[in-house]
Amino acid sequence: MADAHIPKVRVPKEVKPGEIVEIRTLIPHEMETGRRIDSQGTPVPRKIINSFVARFNGREVFRADWHPSVSANPYQSFFLKTTVSGILDFMWKDDDGTEYISSAQLKLSR
Amino acid sequence: MTAESDAFSRREALALGGSAALALALAPDFALGDVASTEAELKRLYGERPMEESRIKLDLPPIAENGLVVPVNIEVESPMTDEDHVKAVHLFAEGNPAPRVASFYFTPANGKAATSTRIRLAKTQTVVAVCEMSSGALHVARAEIKVTIGGCG
Repeated sequence: MADAHIPKVRVPKEVKPGEIVEIRTLIPHEMETGRRIDSQGTPVPRKIINSFVARFNGREVFRADWHPSVSANPYQSFFLKTTVSGILDFMWKDDDGTEYISSAQLKLSR
Repeated sequence: MTAESDAFSRREALALGGSAALALALAPDFALGDVASTEAELKRLYGERPMEESRIKLDLPPIAENGLVVPVNIEVESPMTDEDHVKAVHLFAEGNPAPRVASFYFTPANGKAATSTRIRLAKTQTVVAVCEMSSGALHVARAEIKVTIGGCG
């Protein structure tokens, strides 16, 4: 059974034009470092999320490369400043090629 | 070397508590990183380019109770305009098996060059953050942190 890697993102409900807001993300994932041995003495292979990309209205606004020293259930926050409403798209990329995605709407208050 | 690995294995098992389904041990050839390997990595990336110890703030707790989950906050003073902004911040852990922890890539759309994450630290050590500006200038910050129970990094 595949683990559910369902991301959680926290985006403010409303944003004033030009306001700088924090975007918070979290994705459940074991971030297996590749440095452990299981109880049988077998090395546990590395399997982490190595890339996080955030786009706003299709344009990349923030990106992170993660190595095995990033904690399990990786948390990542960054900031966004905008004068338009739009869609934030998030993508996390696993070592095994799987892409986990999420999105959130950002609404401008008048 | 073996005795050291065994001791570390016990600490690692303690850190995860009795709920861990797997009995954990570290590979016999587990080698903790050192300052030299981080400095070598910085040299490889940046050569002799000067790094100013200004504008970049690296926040870590002075003591980490759990080396598996250490909160890190990085903030760089920058107008974040098209002409003058932070391009990237690279995070290193001098005492981890591999010094590179993460890299963060910013754009003027961020408004503020700040980011938070959580990292694994294998032992008490110095964490280093290097910032690359759009101008090509480099800034560096170092933070020392005591780690009471190491998290395999």
